[in-house]
Amino acid sequence: MKKTTKTENRKSRIQLAFSQIRAWLLGEMDPYDAVFLKEEPPLVTSRKELADPHLDTFNLRNAFEMRAFQRAYNIAGILVCIVMIVSMLITVSWLPRMGADYNPNNNEVSERYIEKGMEETGAVNIVAGMILDYRAFDTFGESCVLFSAVCCVFILLKNASHGATAAAEENDRIYEPKNDVILQRITTVLVPFIMLFGVYIMFNGHLSAGGGFAGGAVLGAGMILYLLAFGFAKTSRFLNEKVINVIVCTSLTFYCLAKSYSFYTGANGLHSIISTGTPGDLISAGLILPLNIAVGFVVACTMYSFYAVFRKGGM
Amino acid sequence: MDFIKNFPFFGIMLTMLAAIISLPMHGKMAKRISLFVFSVETLLAAAVLFYTLQTGESFVYIMGHIGAPWGNELRAGVLEGLMACFFSLVMLLSITGGSKHLILDIEESKRNFYFVMTDLLMGALLALIYTNDIFTAYVFIEISTIAACGILMIREIGRTTLAALRYMIFSLLGSGLFLIGIVLMYDLTGHLLMQNMRDSVELLVSEGQFIIPLTVAISLMTLGMAIKSGLFPFHFWVPDTYGYSTPASGSILSGLVSKGYILILIKIYCRVIGWENVTQSGITDVLFVFGLAGIIVGSISAIHQNDIRRMVAFSSAAQIGYIFMGVGLGTSAGLAAACFHVLCHAITKPLLFISASGLSDASEGSKLFRDLQGSGYRNRWAGLGFTVGALSMVGMPMFTGFISKILFASASVQVSLGKMLPTLIVLAISTVLNAVYFLRTVIRIYTPAERELEVPVRIKWHEQRSYVVVLVVFVALNLVLGLLSQYITDAIQLGLTMFS
Repeated sequence: MKKTTKTENRKSRIQLAFSQIRAWLLGEMDPYDAVFLKEEPPLVTSRKELADPHLDTFNLRNAFEMRAFQRAYNIAGILVCIVMIVSMLITVSWLPRMGADYNPNNNEVSERYIEKGMEETGAVNIVAGMILDYRAFDTFGESCVLFSAVCCVFILLKNASHGATAAAEENDRIYEPKNDVILQRITTVLVPFIMLFGVYIMFNGHLSAGGGFAGGAVLGAGMILYLLAFGFAKTSRFLNEKVINVIVCTSLTFYCLAKSYSFYTGANGLHSIISTGTPGDLISAGLILPLNIAVGFVVACTMYSFYAVFRKGGM
Repeated sequence: MDFIKNFPFFGIMLTMLAAIISLPMHGKMAKRISLFVFSVETLLAAAVLFYTLQTGESFVYIMGHIGAPWGNELRAGVLEGLMACFFSLVMLLSITGGSKHLILDIEESKRNFYFVMTDLLMGALLALIYTNDIFTAYVFIEISTIAACGILMIREIGRTTLAALRYMIFSLLGSGLFLIGIVLMYDLTGHLLMQNMRDSVELLVSEGQFIIPLTVAISLMTLGMAIKSGLFPFHFWVPDTYGYSTPASGSILSGLVSKGYILILIKIYCRVIGWENVTQSGITDVLFVFGLAGIIVGSISAIHQNDIRRMVAFSSAAQIGYIFMGVGLGTSAGLAAACFHVLCHAITKPLLFISASGLSDASEGSKLFRDLQGSGYRNRWAGLGFTVGALSMVGMPMFTGFISKILFASASVQVSLGKMLPTLIVLAISTVLNAVYFLRTVIRIYTPAERELEVPVRIKWHEQRSYVVVLVVFVALNLVLGLLSQYITDAIQLGLTMFS
């Protein structure tokens, strides 16, 4: 309490100084007056301020021990951060130089990725080959991270009662433009192109920069724009919770089964029916294209459902 | 290649697939799928265990067409098989034992999410146990972090949301530090697969290069995992997380999730950095000190509680201290004792959590000690389970807790005097403290109640069949581990020698 009045005082004094300077510049006041102008004590206006000294006495936050602890806690936090920063900086200074040819990570691993990546995976985009073929298990884990995040958001924000949802939906619309014509027209023009671009990125992941994560994000953004312009009632006709569940579930099941097949044949030295095809063709690179599509669907649904449940109306 | 070598891979993929297909299911169906998958996984892991025991060596499983150092790999030995087998069994039992509370605590439309989360958690734990690749370990640590928050906050009372928030902040801090450690290690070695990293580290140490960044990387990874498993200065998230979640979540989080992090840390010590390098770097001494402090502080905090769940939760913090003390002894005997204590705690703590929930059910749902008086008579099976768990934690012969204390004590005799004396003294003190708070509770639940309950409850056998079966299996496991410990410790020793 004490502190806030102090800062308020300081603030009002600064304001006073500014108004005086302004008045002086405009020629409304003599600077001599400003120096000898007396500051009036602030008036006690409300009952609350009168009662506060008692509250201060019994408030645990103002107890000496608590204040001391709080101060010590803050200082300790700053000290820990400084120690961490300094030790990390020292560590970095001891690391091998970036880009030097004697670096430990300039070894046979990256060499093979770069030189034989296209031949072994069939993907022109080496990164796609790395994440979806050489180290596909990690990427499967990453998409499961997304999946678990979606489930957690649902657990936290899903509303059980539909009446409350409808009321909130109505309420939400009071403050938001409903059927904004400009937004709707522009969205009608833009959304098809956004969707097409997203699909392009998804399907070209093995040929150029892009892939499931990027393409899915663009697709999701397009759907969110559509939701913004036309309201949830319109989008929920083709994209409600059930549909999203089915899409996510199917994509991930496909990912899991397809990759299990490839792991199983690979580890057991069996013949795999998946061929790498001609690098550069649209339908090539074995499983990378279908996996990119599956990941894209998961990412798009994740983004859309995050937006949908974080709205007032819920999903 | 033998078909059994596929089993670790089958286990991970099966649990992940179960999680994915549980999403559109109803809660009941999702639960059936989970229980089925956990039972299958127990059998698969048991097969891996017996196979590796028979062949006497570990095997590597290539995930994909291209092996190390380009692709991902799994690796299974005796220790991995043993841990996976026990973990999936405990998962199965915890969910069965807590299923009554799952229905009470979780809203019906969200019940399937609970099983999605537990399946993901099991998959992540299996991947942590079996992985031979340090980055895969990180990815699955992320999954287990998120899923652990999920099973905590799905019980929607304010306290669990707060606990989940705190747990998430600590957990993310831990994963972040672990990730920085991995990045440093990759920069120094140029590999992500454990075997190749090990070779590079050996080379670096023998040449004396990059010792400072290497030490920093080890300490960051250790710090991250210590935060995530709740070692002493970072144990403040423990009581709320374990104390207010639904009993099944409490037992999974304290019995399995924190152990998964410790196991991956031990794996990194042995397989990536090399146990000798770790002990030389002095990290184990630091762990030793904090482990000892954790035992004392956790036990003293447990004595202060007036709530049975929070008491058991604080006791978990103390048990984590034991495990890190074993690691901190810096010998392979200490490491084996720590691994044994991981198992001991993984089967005893769920027993305590689940029987405590039965006791409070018989006391109008209250968790306070004054209301629990006489509850051992009202729910005899839960009383029996709690008594066995408490005796095991105190260190009564015949039960597992005794064996792990013996192992810690005998491991401490082999090291220098500076570590032996503190270990023995703290073991003695903590046994007394454990006895104070656990036996006090046991006496309390078997003291006849002073006041009549509004609705006199006496929970009978036919009302809680699966619950009683779970308690009996837990008690039996406790006895098996306590009486046939020689086989288990031999297996752990063998598994640890396979590590290096």
